[in-house]
Amino acid sequence: MNNIFVYCENEKGKIADVSLELLTKAKDLSKRLDCKLEALVIGHELKGVENELYEYGADIVHIADDARLSPYLTLPHTSIVTGIFVEEKPQIALFGASSLGRDLAPRVSSALKSGLTADCTSLEIGDHTDTKGNAYKDLLLQIRPAFGGNIIATIINPDCRPQMATVREGVMRKEKLAVAKKGELKTVDVNKYLKDEDFVVSIIDRHLEERKIDIKNSPIIVSGGYGVGSKENFDLLFELAALLGGEVGASRAAVDAGFAEHARQVGQTGVTVRPKLYIACGISGQVQHTAGMQESAMIISINSDPEAPINKISDYSITGDLTAVIPKIIKYYKANSK
Amino acid sequence: MTKPLKIVVLAKQVPDTRNVGKDAMKDDGTVNRAALPAIFNPEDLHALELALKLKDDSPETAIYLLTMGPGRAADIIREGMFRGADGGILLTDRKFAGADTLATSYAIACAVKKINPDLIIAGRQAIDGDTAQVGPQVAEKLGLPQITYAEKIIAFENSEITVLRRLEHGVETLKCKLPLLITVNASAPSCRPRNAKQTMKYKHAKTVSELQAGGDAYTESLQTKSYLNIPEWGVSEIDGDEEQFGLKGSPTKVKKIENVVFQLKESKKLDGSDAAIEGLVKELMANHTIG
Repeated sequence: MNNIFVYCENEKGKIADVSLELLTKAKDLSKRLDCKLEALVIGHELKGVENELYEYGADIVHIADDARLSPYLTLPHTSIVTGIFVEEKPQIALFGASSLGRDLAPRVSSALKSGLTADCTSLEIGDHTDTKGNAYKDLLLQIRPAFGGNIIATIINPDCRPQMATVREGVMRKEKLAVAKKGELKTVDVNKYLKDEDFVVSIIDRHLEERKIDIKNSPIIVSGGYGVGSKENFDLLFELAALLGGEVGASRAAVDAGFAEHARQVGQTGVTVRPKLYIACGISGQVQHTAGMQESAMIISINSDPEAPINKISDYSITGDLTAVIPKIIKYYKANSK
Repeated sequence: MTKPLKIVVLAKQVPDTRNVGKDAMKDDGTVNRAALPAIFNPEDLHALELALKLKDDSPETAIYLLTMGPGRAADIIREGMFRGADGGILLTDRKFAGADTLATSYAIACAVKKINPDLIIAGRQAIDGDTAQVGPQVAEKLGLPQITYAEKIIAFENSEITVLRRLEHGVETLKCKLPLLITVNASAPSCRPRNAKQTMKYKHAKTVSELQAGGDAYTESLQTKSYLNIPEWGVSEIDGDEEQFGLKGSPTKVKKIENVVFQLKESKKLDGSDAAIEGLVKELMANHTIG
C-alpha cells in the first residue's frame, strides 16, 4: 500500500527504455520514502518480463497479459491501471512521456481525479507548507519547464493521490541494481477490470518504424544549428562525428530549415542528451535547445558570434567560421591519434 | 442522410512562446510574458481544419468553437468563424481562474455536454503548457473514447470514423463509432486562411461583454442577427459542481516558479587559429574526452 508504481510500456514484451529509466529514478525515490517499488506491465506474451524489471529495482511486478491488450488501446489500459490504482492506492505513479504515456496518463488522472504533471525534467521528494500554514511532508516535487522553456515550475499535488507525473525518454538515467534482487510477481485478473465498452476503438492497421537514428546513447554529439548554413556544410559535422565515434545532432532551427532529420533534434521538442562531449556548431543557444543538452559533461561551441548565448554554458567557446574550424579539428585529431 | 453532424472544436488563445524576441526579454534575462502576442494555439488550427474538411464533404455540418479564457479570447472565436466555423462559445468566469488541466477539463466537459456534439476535435497540446492533457481528460469526463495525435481522417461513413494517427515510432489507423474525441497533431494539414465571405459576415460578431463595452454602431443590428452573438458561458450556464472549477478544483499546485536565466560557466575562449585548435585537440585527447 502507498507504494510507487511505474507503468511499464512495452512492445511485444520488450520494455521501453523510458520505463526502465523511470524504474531507476523511482527506486531512489522509494528508498527515500521507505516504500516499495511496483511495476505494472500490460500487454500480451509477457512471460518472463518480470526478471528485467527486478534488475531495475522493482520489488513487485504486476502483469496483465491478454491478447486483447496488445497493441495498446487507450480504454482497456485505462481501465486496468485505474482499477489497480484504486485498490493499491499508490502515493506516486509514473508514466513515460511517450505518445502512449501522454495518451494514457491524463485519462487515468481524470478518472482518479488526481493531478498529473507532464514532461517532468526532475523529480524530488520535499516538504511543503501552504499559505494557510498546512504542512505536508515528503511530497513529490515535480519539476518541469513551461512557457516554451522560459520558466521552470515546481508542481505538487498536496491532497490527491497518486501524485502522477510523466517523464520523457532520455531525461533520467537508466541503471540496473548493483546486486539484483528477485521480486514478487502478481498476475492481474484482467476480466475483473475490462468492460465490453473498452473495445469500441479498433486498430485497422499499424506500421512501426524502427528508430534508425539514435543520438541519445551516443557519448559524443556534434550538433549543428541554423548557423551551419546548409545541408552541405552539415557533411562536415558528419565527417567529424564519424571520426570521433559520435553522432550528429541538430537544433530545431536547423531541422526546420531542412538541414537535418527530426530524429536528430536536440532540445525541448526533440531529444534530451547528456553525452561526454557536445560540440555545438553554429548554434546560438536558445533555451529550448540548451534545455536538452546543458547536462553534457563537456560543451564546446563554435560560433562566428563571440556573444552567442551558448558560449555562456560552454567549457570552450571557439570564435570562428565553422567551415574553417571543423577541418582543423579533423586535421589535428588525425595527426595526433597515430 | 440522417441529422447533420455537430462538431465542437476546442481551442485556446495562448501567448506566442515560440519566438521570444528581444522585446519580450526583461533586463534580468527573463521573459516578460505580458509582452508576448496572443495567438490561436497552432495545433488547434489544425483541429479546426480537420473539422472544416468534414464540413466540405457535408456542408450541413455545424462547427462550433469552444474556448475558455478571458474576454479577449473572443478573438480566436471570431478567427475560427472567419475561417469557416458556424459559431462559438466563450467560457469565461472568474471562478474558472487558476485551473490546472483537470479543472479546465471539467469546465470544458460541462460546456460540451450542454452543446451535445457528435464529435469533438482539439489540438494535441497548447504551446504555453505543452501538457497534452486536456483532450484526453475531457474525453474521460464525458465517458467518450479518444483518438489522439490524428493526422488525417481516412473515412467517415455511417457515423463511423477512420483516423490515421502519428506516433513517435510509426502510424496507426483506428476506427471508432461516434461520438468520440480526437486530438490533432501538428503534422496534420494546416488550416485554410480566412474566407472573405465569412469574414464579412462575422466581422461584427461580439460577446455580450464586448457589446456592453460599446463603440460599435452595429449593436442594434445584432438584435436581429443572432449569428453575430457570441455566447459567454459562466459557472451558472454550464451547470457543474462548483467545487471542481478553477483553483479549488485543481489538485496540482504550483510550489515555485523560476525564471530561466543563463548561468555563467567558467569558459575558455579560443580563436579559430591552428595553434588554438591543435592545443584543444591535444588536451581533449590527453584527458580521454576523445580518442
